[in-house]
Amino acid sequence: MSSDNVLEIRDLKIGVAVKEPNGRSKDIEIVHGVSATIEKGKVLGLIGESGAGKSTIGLSSLAYGRGSVDITGGEVLLNGRDIMKLGRSGLKSVRGKEVCYVSQSASAGFNPAKRLIDQVIESTLEHGLATRSEAITRAKELFAALSLPDPENIGSRYPHQVSGGQLQRVMTAMALCPKPDLIVFDEPTTALDVTTQIDVLAAIKNAIHLTGVAAIYITHDLAVVAQVADDIMVLRHGKTVEYGSTKQIIEAPQEDYTKALVTVRSIEADQQEAVAAPVMEIKNITAGYGRGTTVLDDVSVELYAGQTLAVVGESGSGKSTLARVVTGLLPPRKGEIQFEGKVLTPKQPNRSLQDLKDIQMIYQMADTAMNPRQTIGTIIGRPIEFYFGVKGKELRDRIDALLDKIELPRDIAKRYPGELSGGQKQRVCIARALAAEPKLIICDEVTSALDPLVADGILKLLLQLQASENMAYMFITHDLATVKAIADSVAVMHLGKLARYGPKQQVLSPPFDDYTDLLLSSVPEMRLGWLEKILSSRKMQSAGN
Amino acid sequence: MSGALKLIAQRIALGLLLLLLVSILIFSGTQILPGDVAQSILGQSATPENLANLRAELGLEKPAYIRYFEWLAGLMRGDLGTALTSGVPISEAIAVRLENTLFLGAFAAAVSVPLAITLGLVSVRFRNRWPDKMISASTLASISLPEFFIGYLLILFFGVKLGWFPSVATVYEGMSFADRINTTVLPALTLTLVVLAHMMRMTRAAILNVMQSAYIETAELKGLGSFKIIWRHALPNAIAPIVNVVMLNMAYLIVGVVVVEVIFVYPGMGQYLVDHVSKRDVPVVQACGLIFAAIFIGLNLLADVISILSNPRLRHPK
Amino acid sequence: MKFKDIPISAWIGILSTSVFVFAAVFAPWIAPYDMADPVGQVWEPMSWKHLLGTDNLGRDLLSRLIFGARTTLTIAAIATLLSFFVGAFLGMLAAVVGGWIDQLLSRFVDLLMSIPTLIFALVVLSVLPSNLITLILVMGVLDATRVYRLSRAVGVDINVMEFVEAAKLRGENRVWIITREILPNAMSTLVSEFGLRFVFMVLFLSALSFLGLGIQPPQADWGGMVKENKDGIVFGIPAALIPAFAIAMLAISVNLIADWLLNRSADTKGGRGEL
Repeated sequence: MSSDNVLEIRDLKIGVAVKEPNGRSKDIEIVHGVSATIEKGKVLGLIGESGAGKSTIGLSSLAYGRGSVDITGGEVLLNGRDIMKLGRSGLKSVRGKEVCYVSQSASAGFNPAKRLIDQVIESTLEHGLATRSEAITRAKELFAALSLPDPENIGSRYPHQVSGGQLQRVMTAMALCPKPDLIVFDEPTTALDVTTQIDVLAAIKNAIHLTGVAAIYITHDLAVVAQVADDIMVLRHGKTVEYGSTKQIIEAPQEDYTKALVTVRSIEADQQEAVAAPVMEIKNITAGYGRGTTVLDDVSVELYAGQTLAVVGESGSGKSTLARVVTGLLPPRKGEIQFEGKVLTPKQPNRSLQDLKDIQMIYQMADTAMNPRQTIGTIIGRPIEFYFGVKGKELRDRIDALLDKIELPRDIAKRYPGELSGGQKQRVCIARALAAEPKLIICDEVTSALDPLVADGILKLLLQLQASENMAYMFITHDLATVKAIADSVAVMHLGKLARYGPKQQVLSPPFDDYTDLLLSSVPEMRLGWLEKILSSRKMQSAGN
Repeated sequence: MSGALKLIAQRIALGLLLLLLVSILIFSGTQILPGDVAQSILGQSATPENLANLRAELGLEKPAYIRYFEWLAGLMRGDLGTALTSGVPISEAIAVRLENTLFLGAFAAAVSVPLAITLGLVSVRFRNRWPDKMISASTLASISLPEFFIGYLLILFFGVKLGWFPSVATVYEGMSFADRINTTVLPALTLTLVVLAHMMRMTRAAILNVMQSAYIETAELKGLGSFKIIWRHALPNAIAPIVNVVMLNMAYLIVGVVVVEVIFVYPGMGQYLVDHVSKRDVPVVQACGLIFAAIFIGLNLLADVISILSNPRLRHPK
Repeated sequence: MKFKDIPISAWIGILSTSVFVFAAVFAPWIAPYDMADPVGQVWEPMSWKHLLGTDNLGRDLLSRLIFGARTTLTIAAIATLLSFFVGAFLGMLAAVVGGWIDQLLSRFVDLLMSIPTLIFALVVLSVLPSNLITLILVMGVLDATRVYRLSRAVGVDINVMEFVEAAKLRGENRVWIITREILPNAMSTLVSEFGLRFVFMVLFLSALSFLGLGIQPPQADWGGMVKENKDGIVFGIPAALIPAFAIAMLAISVNLIADWLLNRSADTKGGRGEL
């Protein structure tokens, strides 16, 4: 092995102990022989959908298994020696000194009861790498390098006093402080808003470049990893699908799965023009919770049969509140909604059964949107029974027809939600909405909890159903790729206000207002060098700064 | 800091309000229910004349709310009224007994709290190994054992068979501290055994809950040893839940004290209360009930205040 | 659910609880003597004639223990049922309806719970006539506060879940929401709580009887039997420990079952997606 290799993983096998109902535990292998090499100063991107084993492999380079995860075979050579054979005390001298970890959620990863600076320099002091004052000086330099505001004093704050995007950079500084040879970044930007993500990504890339540390960068977003990694390994079901240079993976993928990942999100629906009268007119809605601040400020949009309005914005933009106003869960303070030419009763409990039937909702988390104690048949059948009074054989026939429409096998009706995969669950939720034969469906981030390929399948199904059933969709999302894929008209929301609204082509074409420009430019694109180019051309700073 | 102070002031005000409401509840509980005090003192055979006399003597002809305010005003002055059965002022009778009860409770708490927290930590450190499993098993047994089972078992062995400690815990004024401790070992041990396992198990759960946080993983991946992880990262965040556990069990101890005092014939508040319940001496019962409730509310208040003080979000607002 | 999935500890609990219930139901047929007859000397030791010895009045301890099971189990069970139905009903109602009903009930329960249960029971029993109805009512109502808190907490947790919101948006009425959406998901927690409440009732009743404020003699109940025989302890006569031991055994057995049910519900949650 070349002495330039910081990390070498050879035929790594990882198992997890699963508890059976009778209390005995059984080992299941989740990573089946993965090998990888990282040279000094290089970044390896690990990419895959949930369950691909990417975090598990990343943590194995610290010889750490979460919960009942155990490394069962293979070698992990860090700076030339197998860390699996180090034993407890040996491991202690490696972790936090030679290899450090940056987790997905910095807000959970920091101890809430201690000041940031004490946590940042803790491993440096623990391993006797520097004196306290030296460590503090280094930490402040790192804060500055990661372009954190007020690098002199930010360390004296507590975690809850710092924003999420900043906290993620502080955690990067914490990993860099003991000058390790390798850092494992585990989805460090996934929990952030899109405009914040790009700044953190740039800061991390810059810090890696400055310090010359080697890194493993784990993510589910190929476009993100393409900006920081030198090499990329594509993982699926605990196996390597493809492993090569970033350039090769992005520009000339060999395997079908990689090709699918590269081209994902490239569906784009043709924009339809508004012809008939709108199904729903939302007029000058202002709303808020309790007596508190206004969350929605004078918002007006229209929805048309057979068309999709995408409501796009970051967290806190008020987009989900708009959905609550439309469903009647939150009556507005001002303004009204017209549905099929009539004023819609503001409060949900007072609405007519007809109106309730005509406006359906699909949620982000299919897991919590279905009663775990009801069968799929009951979940889909209840709206039919409830709204149309259909029972017995006819009910069963209608359920079968719905399952056909969402492309799931009919015998799934006897199963429980817990037995289904994420994509199947979301399909069932679509069927439940469809069962009411609605005129409008509100889709609240319906694809954001799903893996990209599965999400694509759901979007295609929704488009197909819209064409055949002539329903209007109000599609709430933070993801501009989804907007491009499905929308006819787009409403960009920012801090409760409508920043931009109109037909898709118009909204997504220049000239832009400052916020839309920031939002659009923050969406990672699947090409090399995109990050550098975009940072130099932005008009507005993200809220994370 | 001001946010925390404001919250604490609120909690204290709330505690006082609660105490006032409890006093109303206890008073009305003994007044509005069917049957009247005079009737229950004299029994079914009382003549109407006797009843009327007693009612006048007790001031029962006045409306209930007036009697409540008179009672409350007395309480404020430290006057708890007069016992019906003995005619002795309740404050006098209670003073010494309250002291005895607090002594017994404090003795049991001084043993059980440090022991429970230490064993809880041991249990976390050796999670799912034999010390932990033993602790889990003993908890189940201990929450199922009535106080009198433990109490009489201890008397039978340490009092009667071995003769190490007195079986009857008679304390009197002027007794030396060492004698007092020796006499109260068995009741204090009984109380300790009653709350220990439960407190241990809950401490364990509180720390384990914290140990599952992501920041513990962060600390582990920094290469810290398990003792340092528990001490630096788990414990500061487990203070509030542990204090809550301790206070909950102290409250449990108050209830346990009543039964334990009867078992060991210990001259405390609990025994005094039980005696006067069967004699239907309402003023005594009211006074004792209110004092027990006040201690209970005070302990919960203390737990709340410590929780607020240990919360970094409240100590260092944004 | 398969039999082989039931752990040994739960089997022990089920088996020994069944023994107690059997004794209670068939007391007149299996008790060797009448419970009120003095059939021997005072505090006779264990012998073939009197398997557990005799009590402070020379009555057969085993027979009294068997008849006592009847009293203790029946009263504890009725009080538990009362506390459970009142507490669970009001708790679920508060969780689903919310608003001022929830505020009113919750603050009242806070108030009741700010007085230790035993102390409050003593205060109330000092003025109420001592009979079984009073006893059951006092025990049931005071304990209902705990059931209320639990079922409200569970109900509120489930009520904010999206599948309940979906049902509300569909226009379902409250009866459907409670019986079809919330209760099925709260059931396992509530069932195991039922076990714990029953244990508490047994201990509570025994404590009251031990203090002389529960079941009145000559009726046999376990707590009262401890009281009757407690004076023997200082002479080294363990008669009082026998009924105390029976209470402990019953409590442990039911706890074992409740423990298993609680773990089982935690497992199903894990197995069926994050609930």
